[in-house]
Parts: sequence; C-alpha cells; structure tokens
Amino acid sequence: MILVWLMLILFAGGIGAWLAESRGAEHPRTVALAAVLLDLFLVILMLVAPETLGLGGVDTVAQLGQTGDWLVLYQADWIPRFGVSFIFGVDGLGLMLVALTVFLGLIALGAAWGEIHERSGFFYFNLLWTLAGVIGVFTALDLFLFFFFWEVMLIPMYFIIAIWGHENKEYAAMKFFIFTQVSGLLMLVCILSLVFLHYQSSGDLTFNYFELLGTQLAPEVGMLVMLGFFIAFATKLPAVPFHNWLPDAHSQAPTAGSVILAGVLLKTGAYGLIRFTVPLFPDASIAFAPVAMTMGAISILYTAKVAYAQTDLKRLIAYTSVSHMGFVLLGVYAWNAQAMQGAVMTMLAHGFSAAALFMLAGGIQHRIHTRNMDEMGGLWAVAPKMAFMALFFTVAAVGMPGLGNFVGEFLVLLGSFQVNILTTAFASLGLVVAAVYSLIVIQKVFHGKNTHNHSMADLSTMEFLCFALMMIGLLWMGLYPQTMLDMAEPTLRSLGVGFP
Amino acid sequence: MSSEAIIDLLQIILLTVSTVVVMITAAFKRDHGLVNALTQCGLFASLLIFVFVPPVLPLQVTPLLIFDEYSLFFSALIIIGGIAVTALAYPYFENHNQHNEEFYLLVLTGTLGAVVMACSNHFVSFFLGMEMLSVSLYVMIAYPIHSEKVAKFPLEASIKYLIMSGVTSGIILFGMALVYAVLGTFEFTGLAVAAGALAEGLDPVLLIGFLLLIAGIAFKLSLVPFHMWTPDVYEGAPVPVTAFLATVSKAAMVAVALRLMLNAQIFEFTQVTVVLSLLAAASMIFGNLLAVMQSNVKRLLAYSSIAHMGYLLVVVIAAALVPDMLSVESVGYYVAAYMVTSLAGFAVVNALSNAGKEMDQLSDYQGLFWRNPLLATVMITVFLSLAGIPLTAGFIGKFYIFTTGVEGQLWFLLTMLIIGSAIGLYYYLRLIYTILQPAQPQKDDPALGIIPFGAKAVMTLMTVAIIWLGVYPMPFIDTLQSLAGGF
Repeated sequence: MILVWLMLILFAGGIGAWLAESRGAEHPRTVALAAVLLDLFLVILMLVAPETLGLGGVDTVAQLGQTGDWLVLYQADWIPRFGVSFIFGVDGLGLMLVALTVFLGLIALGAAWGEIHERSGFFYFNLLWTLAGVIGVFTALDLFLFFFFWEVMLIPMYFIIAIWGHENKEYAAMKFFIFTQVSGLLMLVCILSLVFLHYQSSGDLTFNYFELLGTQLAPEVGMLVMLGFFIAFATKLPAVPFHNWLPDAHSQAPTAGSVILAGVLLKTGAYGLIRFTVPLFPDASIAFAPVAMTMGAISILYTAKVAYAQTDLKRLIAYTSVSHMGFVLLGVYAWNAQAMQGAVMTMLAHGFSAAALFMLAGGIQHRIHTRNMDEMGGLWAVAPKMAFMALFFTVAAVGMPGLGNFVGEFLVLLGSFQVNILTTAFASLGLVVAAVYSLIVIQKVFHGKNTHNHSMADLSTMEFLCFALMMIGLLWMGLYPQTMLDMAEPTLRSLGVGFP
Repeated sequence: MSSEAIIDLLQIILLTVSTVVVMITAAFKRDHGLVNALTQCGLFASLLIFVFVPPVLPLQVTPLLIFDEYSLFFSALIIIGGIAVTALAYPYFENHNQHNEEFYLLVLTGTLGAVVMACSNHFVSFFLGMEMLSVSLYVMIAYPIHSEKVAKFPLEASIKYLIMSGVTSGIILFGMALVYAVLGTFEFTGLAVAAGALAEGLDPVLLIGFLLLIAGIAFKLSLVPFHMWTPDVYEGAPVPVTAFLATVSKAAMVAVALRLMLNAQIFEFTQVTVVLSLLAAASMIFGNLLAVMQSNVKRLLAYSSIAHMGYLLVVVIAAALVPDMLSVESVGYYVAAYMVTSLAGFAVVNALSNAGKEMDQLSDYQGLFWRNPLLATVMITVFLSLAGIPLTAGFIGKFYIFTTGVEGQLWFLLTMLIIGSAIGLYYYLRLIYTILQPAQPQKDDPALGIIPFGAKAVMTLMTVAIIWLGVYPMPFIDTLQSLAGGF
C-alpha cells in the first residue's frame, strides 16, 4: 500500500498545487515541495528502515510463487474481465529507481523554483503527475497497468514542453508525444498478443507479469512480439535510429522538464528492457542480442560524433544522453553479472549527471537568454561557482574514476567484453570521444574571452544546494558503489542473470 | 397481444405518447421552456420505465421487433443522447430563434426511430426506423432557417443530407429486395437459415444484395468512400443537431448493423469481409488524414467520427472470428465511450454558441484554457479520450478494439489502426495545443460569460462518465457481458 501512497501523495499534491494558485503565484511551489518532500521521506524510510513501515516481511511474495526479493507487493482487482489487476511491487532495482525519481523530482522543483512564474499552478500539477506516472511505471507488475502508466506519464510531460518550452515548443512536444505514443501502441499490440498466446496455452486470461513470465512461444512468434516491446523501449531509451525525438524535446523543454526527461524518463526505457523484454522473451532476446549490442555501440559512437557538431548547448547534452544510454543497451543485452550491474549503475549515475548538466544549461539560458555556445565564453570569471559545477559534472559524464558514471560504464564494458569483443572494442572508443566533446563545452562556454560581455548572477543558494546533493550522490556511487550493487543483485539474480 | 409484449413495448409507447403530448401542447401554447421540460420528462420516463416495470427478456414482439438486453442497452444509450440534445437545444435556440417548439417534436420522433432500429431484427422495422430517424433529421438540420445570420448553411446541409440520404435509402431498399428475391425472408435469423440452405453455390444476386445493404449502412455510418456528406452536414447543422447526428443516429445504425451481421451471418461470404476490411482501412486512414487539414472544430469532429467508425468496423469484422460475446461487448463499450465523449465535446461547442452565432473555428478556441478553465478542461478531456489516452473512456474503448483485433488476428487492420491513431494524435494534440496557447483578447468573448445550465449539466455529467469509464470500467463491463445473450 505504501507504493500506492507514494503515487497518491503526488497526484493529490498536483491537484493541491493547481488549486493553490488562486491564493497567489508563489503558493503552488510550496505545496509541490511539501508533497515531494513527504514522498522523499517515505522513500528514505523504505530504504533505511523498512520495518517502521511494516515492510519487514516478504510473505506476499511466497503466494505469488516468486523467488525474487520483493520488498513491497500490493495486489487488488481492477478489471477482472481481462485479468487486469493492480499489482505494484518494488525490489532492489525498482526501489533505487523510485528513489531516483523522487530525488530528481526535488531537484526539478529546485530548477523550476526561480524560473516558472507564469501559470505556476498548472506547471507543478504537471510536474507532480509526471513523477507519479513514472513511479507507476517503475512499480507496476501487471502489463496492462504498466502500459497505463507508460501513457499517463506522457501527457503531463507533453503539457510541460508545450506550454513552458522554448521557441520551437509545439513541434518538439508533438514529436515527443507521437514517437512515444506510436511505439507504445506497438507495445500494446504485442502485450495483447503475448496475453492471448498465454491464454491459448494455459486457458488463463491474465496480464499478471509473474504468470506471463514462463510463456512458451514459437521462435518466430516470440521474436515478433519481443520486437514490439524492444522498439517501444528503444524509442524511450533512446537508441539510434529511434532517438530522433530526443534532441528536440530536451532542448525545447523548460529546465525542470529537461531534468525529469533526461534523469528519469529515459530510465523507464532501460527499466522496461531489464524487467520485461529480456525476462519475458529469453530465447528471442538471446537471438537478438548481437543486433541490440551493435545498436548500442552505434548509439554510443554516432551520437557522440553528432554531439561534437552541436552549437546548441542543450542539444549537445541531449545527444550525449543518447550516447550514454547506448552503454545501458550494450550492458543489458550482454546479460551477465558485470554488464547488468554496470547498466544499472549507468542508469543511476547518468540520472544525476545529465540532470545536473541540463540544470546548468537551463540556468545559463535563463540568465543570458541563449543556448548558442558560439555566443558564450569567459563565463568562468563571471560565475565561478557555476563553472566549477559544470566542470565537475562534465568530468563525471566523461567517466572520471571516482565518480558514478565511471563505475557504470567500466562494468558494462567489462561484462560485454566477455560476450562480444569487437562491439565492445568499438564501444569503448565512446569514452575517448566523450572526453573530446565535453572539454569542448567547457572550453567554449567558460574559457576564452567573454566577447558578448555577458554578466550574470552566480548560482543561488537553492541551486547550489541542488548541485551539492547530486555531487554527493555521484561521489558515493563512485567511491562506494557496493551500496547500489548489493541492492540490484537480488533483482538481477531473480531475473535470471548468472552471478559468479 | 400479450401483456408481456405490452410491457416490453412500454419504452416505445412512452416515446410515442410524449410526441403526441408535445405536439398538442405546442399547438395550444407556444412556450419554449414548457415544451422543452415536457420533452425531457417524456425522455426520462421512457429511459427509466424499465427500472420500475421489469421487462420480459428476450421476447420477440410481432415479427418486427425483438427485446433483449442488447436492444435495451442501445435504446438506453440512444435516449440518453436524446436527453442530452434536448438539454443543449434549449439555451442554443432560446432568444436566438423563433418558433422553437417543433424542434422537440423532431427530437422525439428521431429518438423513436433510433430506438426502433435498436430493437429491430427484421428488414421492415429496420427500414421504418431508419426513415423515421432520417426524415426527422432533414428538418432538424435545417431548423434555424429563419435565423438570418446563419440560415444559408443549415439549408444547404439539409438539402445535401436529404438527397444523399434519400438515395441511400433507395439503395438499401434495393439491397433488401434482392436479398428477399433470393432467400424469401425479411427476418435476420431467417436469412442465415435460408442462406445456409443455399450453401452449395454462391448466388451473385444475393451477394449484390448484401453489398448494396453494406453500402447503404456505410453511408449512414459515413465510412470512406461514402463519407462525402459528413463534414458539410456536421458543419452546417446547428450544434445540438450535429450532436444528435454524431451520437444517436450512429449508435442506432451500429446496433442494427451488428445484429444483422451476427444474426444473418453475412460473414459466410468472404467477399463481404474483404469489402468491410477495405472500408475500415480507408476510413481509418483517410478520416484521420483529412481531419488534419481542418480549421473548423465541427468539420474536424466529422472527420474524426469517420475514423472512429472505421475503428469500430474492425470489431465488426472481427465478430466473424471471435466469440460473439467479445465483439458485442467491444462494440457496446466503444459506442458508449464514443457517445459520452462526443456529447461532452459538443456540449462545450454548444456552451459557446447559439443559433445566432456559432463558435466553431479553431481560432475561437485559442487560449480557452486561460479564458475559461472549466470548458477547456472538458474539451481537453474529450480530445484525450478521442485519442485513446489512459484515464479516459476512449482508452478502454481502444483497448477493446485492440483486444478484439488481436484475438481475431487482423494484423493488417491493426497496422492501419496504429497508423490512423498516430495521425489522429497529431490533430488532437494540435487542438489541445491551441487551447493551451496564450489567450488572444477578444471582444464579447463568450467564454467569459455564464455557461448555460443545460450545457453545463451535459458536459459535467459526460466528463464524469468519461473518467469513470476510463478508471473503473468494471461495473459497466459486467452490464455489457449480458448483452450477447441474444445471439
């Protein structure tokens, strides 16, 4: 029930924020902050002291005949006609991603705090509903419910981009929505096909994830159905060639929107691959793995190259996101202990570093009203704190040892090397290219001459606090990744990843 | 006639009585409010009668009409549509048009015709009901003819509908005649038996008869390529009549067509399935494509309705391949979802319009969200529901269509459905975007005025229904599952 509460608090907080607008433009953000803080408190309790919430036991798991380590499981009927029920559950992986979502929600609030003044009630409503939808995606264990939340998280995000976005917002918002929605419909057809194939073999109409897990499928059918899932998740991830929507959406979204998009929404794609695509279709996935890994390697290299050619700061960061998510794709389809752990670490670390970089880019745009790097330069002298943060998170994204991203990408490469040497060798070049484009950013934006005489305020206390929090997170992941690895391990084991 | 038959006929009898009462009242006292209230009473009475007097089901009353859960369900939907239209018509015509009283007479006869269609399992009652509905519509479409500002369009629309619909009636009649010439029966179930007896060789005359019937039905449901009349008539007709046309008339035709398909087992002819598949695919693609180019909300909804009827046809085609229960359930759900969604949408248009001036241009809706959040929220819900986004009735409806399509393994049509939906998303999102854009200051902005009670009531109730059906559909699905008993 605690998971349902997490979502209900956000849903209610969103409505509350909307209503609070009539009392003054500053009220919605207070309401939103309260809701997110309450959620964060609950999540921290779940992480640190689950017994206080009565979550010590995993009794319900036994009833479902599942061996994995489920911390929380909640089940209730919804549409029994189709065997659709509310099944929410988190295990180690799910809990980490939920924590990431709520934490970045807080960061996004920080980013929006001084930026959104217009129609703020509706903005915070959408922000909180997106977060609630994402939490639903990370916790739903019924395929219908999963699809439901998959779509629910889109609409508020569409509004965020379409209303508070930048100059080309209509195009970007529309593209974002249509890409995701169409691939989502493809996934719906495949979910239904899977459910009916399962129904034909077992006589049991159900969308329950656990019951669908063992469905036997003919190889060709399995491959087709798997592809539907794969395309939906690869669009969201995104992987080349389905990445086309992302640079537009990210560069046009307001800062808080970019933070959520890059930090959280992309992870739903990776999560879908790990939780659904591979476990539901193990045979087809093995057959498909070489293709997927090649796609991963191409994503890493191609988008790194494209990023290098950008002059728009936010577009550049957007392309680097695709590049980093390529490592996740590579790791998931290598499907061994190191690679999977690496993929999970990359998801978490990229969540922090990309969110921070988008927040920086958004902050710069808010201050000097341009994203064009050719018009920047010499900002180090103007805003030293900001420059320091930029350097830190850029270096983190490049994969500096001691920070989270390094652990993730290193593990991915280590794992996939055992599976496919050639692809891995090419993929590892991505690390080199990343160093090039990242240093270019620092060079163009913060060094050199301040030719346009930009003067801007340095980081506010609120922003500084947000960056400091993310910094601590990345350092923790980099210096003591064991915390995360231990949490992910039971999940990965139960999904069938072989651990030594 | 047995007392059971009388009980089952009560709904139709009440509608007929209301028509007479309204007619006499209007003849003696011309009072718009009074006539409107009387019509509402009559419609509510006929809707609720079976709550108090339990009907005997299923029962064939005369060879013409059958009463079962299926017919009652669709009759209820139709009457609810009638009630909504009556509620919308009052503020629309009041103070903006003269001699409004007869309009309600036509609403009642139209509803009556539609109910007869829902209860029909015989060519004669099918045709009678259809004509009663159509003739009422001819006049309803042209009703504000004395309102000088807008009179041109209703008249044009009415003439267009009159001619096209008249020809279609002829085509349907000819189809029925050919079928009768071969099989010698007018009863839907009798058709299947007689066709089975002829099973050894396919009679081309029979096939032509069925295809003519299908063409006629396709016209009434405005499927591509029989859709030409739809946008003009939707645009020209006054808003309440457009709502009536989009909901009541469509629901009645779907009800009778599905019963015909299932009872007469027309699917035995593969040619019929092929033709229906082509109609469905063309409607989904072209309906959505043409909608993209519209700048008038009513025209846009017309094209969107073409696409939606295409989606619905997927289920009808799948009916040959899946259990009757699933297809009837899907059609029932989809029609209900489509009706509540459309009624909510037309209620918003209606709230901004009257017989003197209609606000149906896209630009009229720019910034509506900031001018009148209530209307805009309803409108956005409507478009999300039409696009099939979760939390709305449209989502479960689309889910039903996908489910039925997958179970019937109609992969080609499912692909078309996905493509159609993608195009559909584009214009629904564009509309939502328009609504969300910054407001343009307008003089005499109707969105800032008071929303009339009728429109407000309809849109509130229908929006609640959209959300309720989308979030907790189970009770409604339970009802639907009993519908297939008659097949």
